[in-house]
Amino acid sequence: MAELTYRDAVIRGIAQEMTRDPDVVFLGEDVAKAGGVFKATVGLYEQFGPLRVRDTPISEQAIMGAAMGAAMTGLKPIAEIMFSDFFAVCFDYIANEFPKSRYMSNGQVKCPLVIRTGNGAGSRFGAQHSQSVENWCMMIPGLKVVAPSSPVDVIGLLAAAVRDPDPVIFCEHKSLYATKGEVPDGEIVDQLGTAKILRPGKDATIVALALMVPRALEAAEKLKAEHGIDCEIIDVRSLVPLDTQTILGSVAKTHRLFSVEENPRLCGWGAEIVSIVADEAFYDLDGPPVRITTPHIPLPAADILEDVVLPTPGRIVDTVRRSLGS
Amino acid sequence: MATIKDRASVPAGSGLNDDIGEAKRLELYRTQVVLREAEQRAYDLFLQNLVKGTSHLSLGQEAVAAGFAGAMQKGDLSFCTYRGHAHTLARGVPVEKVLGELMQRDNGLMRGKGGSMHLTSVEHGVMGSYAIIGAHLPIACGAAWRAQYKGAKDVSVCFFGDGTTNIGAFHEALNFAAVWKLPVIFVCENNLYMEYTPISEVTAVEHPAADRAASYGLERIVVDGNDADAVYRIAQTAFTKARAGKGPSLIECMTYRHSGHSRADPAKYRPEGELERWKLRDPIKIYRERLLQFGVAETVIKGIDNEVRKIVDDATEACKAAPNPPFDIITTDVYADGGWAWRN
Ligand SMILES: Cc1ncc(C[n+]2csc(CCOP(=O)(O)OP(=O)(O)O)c2C)c(N)n1
Ligand SMILES: [Mg+2]
Repeated sequence: MAELTYRDAVIRGIAQEMTRDPDVVFLGEDVAKAGGVFKATVGLYEQFGPLRVRDTPISEQAIMGAAMGAAMTGLKPIAEIMFSDFFAVCFDYIANEFPKSRYMSNGQVKCPLVIRTGNGAGSRFGAQHSQSVENWCMMIPGLKVVAPSSPVDVIGLLAAAVRDPDPVIFCEHKSLYATKGEVPDGEIVDQLGTAKILRPGKDATIVALALMVPRALEAAEKLKAEHGIDCEIIDVRSLVPLDTQTILGSVAKTHRLFSVEENPRLCGWGAEIVSIVADEAFYDLDGPPVRITTPHIPLPAADILEDVVLPTPGRIVDTVRRSLGS
Repeated sequence: MATIKDRASVPAGSGLNDDIGEAKRLELYRTQVVLREAEQRAYDLFLQNLVKGTSHLSLGQEAVAAGFAGAMQKGDLSFCTYRGHAHTLARGVPVEKVLGELMQRDNGLMRGKGGSMHLTSVEHGVMGSYAIIGAHLPIACGAAWRAQYKGAKDVSVCFFGDGTTNIGAFHEALNFAAVWKLPVIFVCENNLYMEYTPISEVTAVEHPAADRAASYGLERIVVDGNDADAVYRIAQTAFTKARAGKGPSLIECMTYRHSGHSRADPAKYRPEGELERWKLRDPIKIYRERLLQFGVAETVIKGIDNEVRKIVDDATEACKAAPNPPFDIITTDVYADGGWAWRN
C-alpha cells in the first residue's frame, strides 16, 4: 500500500501495461522527453525508450489516425490528446473512424486503442481548455468511455482499457491530478462497465463522475451530519458500458435519484441515467429524479465565476435537502 | 490514337522482356480489364436499380490501381477512399464479393453492413475504404508505424484524390510520415476534379500533391496515371525506398474519370471535348496497343477479355440470386464481443 497522486497513478498505470505487453506503445504531444504538460507521463520515455514513447507534432488528426492504424494492425496504442477540448479538431476519428470500422467491415477490423485526455474544469483556463466532454463520446455507438475519480481507479481502469479489444476514451480529470489516494502494491486491473458504491445510504442515491465524486462525498457527509439525510454515493466510473444494475438496485433501496454532472446541462450523461430509471424503476421513485449540472453556458475563466457554475458540495446539499423536504 | 511512341516512360527499343516482362504485363492488362468490366457492370446494374445507395467508379483510372497492385507484395496494405472498388479488386478480392456489396446482398464483402464506400478485405490487405476525405492518410501512417516498430517489411499504400490535398489531415499525415520516416506511400489520383469543381479553381499550386512535396522534404513526383507501366515503375521505386527504411513517398498520378463523380452525376461541368480527348488516352486502350506492339497475339488478349467477361457475368448472376442480408446482423460487431450491449 502506498499513497499516490492521481497524476502518478497515470504514470504507474501506463508503465504497468507497457511492462506487461511490448505491443503497448504511447504517443502524444510533449509526452515523451518533457513528460507531458500535466506531468502525468514523466519517466516513461526514460523507462521504455524512444521507440515506444513518442513525441508527435501538433497534429491531433495524425495522432488519432496513427493510433488507429497501429491498433488495426496489431499494436495496442495509447494516445494522449492534451486537452479534451481538442477532440473537436480530430473528432472524425472519435465519431466516424474508431467506432465504425469493426461494424462497417462486418467484424474484419479491430481497433483496440486508448485515448487518454485531460478533461474538466477547475484550472481557470476558460471555455476552450476546461470542458467536460465525456458526453461527446458517450453518444457514439462503438466507443467505450471511462472517467476515473481516484488514483486506484486510474490504474485499474487504465489497465482494463488497454486490455480491452474496443476503442476506449479515457477521461482524466485535470483538477484531480494532484489529489491523493491509497493504492495497493502490485498489478491492478479493474473492470470496465462497473460502477462503485463509495458510500452506502438509505435516503437518496447520488450518481457522480470524476471531479464530482469527491464533491458528492463531501455533500453526503454534510447532509448526514447537518440534516440527517443518508445518501448513497455511486461513482459511475464507466459511461459505456454503463452499470445500470448498480444504479437501479440503489434506487430500489433509496427511492430517490440525483445526478451530479460537470457537463453543461443539455444531453448530459445524467439525463440518460434518469431516463433509464424512469423507464425501468418508475414505481420505485418517491419523487422526481433531479439533475445537478453546470448551467448550459460556455465556462467562464475567472476563478470566482468558474466556482459558482460547477456543482459544489453546497449546491448538492441544498438541492438534495430541498427535494427531500427537510 | 495513342501509340507506344507517345509513352515517354517506355524506353525506346524496349521489348516485352524489358524490366517489366511479359508475365507482369499480362497481369497488369488483366487487372485493368477486371476493373473496367466490373465497374462498367456496376454502372449497368445501377441503371437497372440493382445497385443501391451510391457508387463512385474509377472508370478511366484503372492504370493507377493496376500499377500499384502489381508492384505490391502479399502483406502490403491498401487504404482506399469511397472511390475504392478498383483498388479493392486489384488486390484480388473476388468480383462477386464487390458487386454483392454494391447490390447490398448477403454475399457482399461486408454482407451489406459497409456499402460501396467502405469496401474492406483484411485477408487481401485491403484495410478499408474511407469516406471522410483525408481520414485514412493518418491511419495508413499508423499501420506503417506498426511495421516500423515490429521490423516488418510490409508497406502501407494510401490512395486519395486531388481534392484531398486541401484538407488538414493530408498535411498532418505527410509531415508525420516524413518526420517518423514511415514505410508509407501516398498516392494522389489527380483526376482534375473534386466532386464537380475543377481542382485548379481551388488550389494555389498547379500540382496539388506534388507541388506540396517539398514542404515535407519529399521528392516532387508526377506520373502519367493512364500508363500502367509508368505507374508500376514509379511504384516499385517507392516500395524499394519504403522497405529500405528510407521513408515515405508522395506520388501524383495524372488521370481522368470517364464517369461522373458518383452515380447520380451526369458531369455536365466538363468543358466540351475534354472527355473525348482523355478517352483517346484510355489506359486500357493504351495497354492493349502496347501488348500488340510487343508482339502479344490478339488471341491472347481476346482470351483475357473473354475470361474476365465470364467472371463478371457469373458474379452478376450469383449476386442477383443472392439473398438479402438477414436482420440478425444489424446488431453484430458493434463491439469486440460480437454484440452491441452498452449496458448491463
Ligand atoms: C471531410 C469531407 N468533406 C467533403 C466530403 C464530400 N466529398 C466526397 S467526395 C468529394 C470530392 C473529393 O475529391 P477528390 O479528393 O479529388 O477525389 P475523387 O472523388 O476525385 O476521387 C467530396 C468533397 C467528404 N466526403 N468528406
Ligand atoms: Mg479528384
